[in-house]
Amino acid sequence: MRENVVIRTVSRLAVPFIQLFGLYVIAHGASGPGGGFQGGVAFAAAFILMIIAFGIADVRKRINNRGIMIFSIFGIALYAAVGLLSILYAGNFLQLNVIEAALGIPHLHGILIDIAEAGIGITVMAIMISIIYDMADTGGESA
Amino acid sequence: MIWELDFALLLFMICCAIAAITVRDLLHATIILAAYSLIMTVLWAEMNAVDVAFTEAAVGAGITTVLFIAAISRTRRSSSD
Repeated sequence: MRENVVIRTVSRLAVPFIQLFGLYVIAHGASGPGGGFQGGVAFAAAFILMIIAFGIADVRKRINNRGIMIFSIFGIALYAAVGLLSILYAGNFLQLNVIEAALGIPHLHGILIDIAEAGIGITVMAIMISIIYDMADTGGESA
Repeated sequence: MIWELDFALLLFMICCAIAAITVRDLLHATIILAAYSLIMTVLWAEMNAVDVAFTEAAVGAGITTVLFIAAISRTRRSSSD
């Protein structure tokens, strides 16, 4: 890939803000527009910008295939754990108000929704990066 | 809902959709499809469906454009006939 100092500098500045916005969308998803899927896609877009600016080999050093596998399994396990926790308190899957009623902690319902949204976001981020890796990897030769 | 704005956006969207399937170069078609997605985002947001608008902006205009360009870079850009 050709060296381009403008693209590299601008993407180095933009990537942290895109990632922060993705985290904001995940955290704000329960009470406004957004949620786990949209935030995960915005977070993955930061990695796609890094792939465009710095090349796929540089990004693979930061998050490799093993890391993607661990992130995707961790996210879906977090979501399933929150969902199955409500079955332990004699509710339906993801019926989180029974946990709040049983434990008596105020706003626990919202906290558990945020944890489930974070799980969705982690999985979506990992799977999006995995798709881009499989599509954009040219096996060493420059595209 | 401002019907003049809706009318202009829908007209431009139809133009983009027709252009995307008639243009010969695949890279041009991809960029026109991204513009189509952007207008669709404005329309969803105007119809108070902010969640759908967000998804359309992130997936339609962002991820699929990159995926299409990655696929085009492995094939030829225009057909020979």
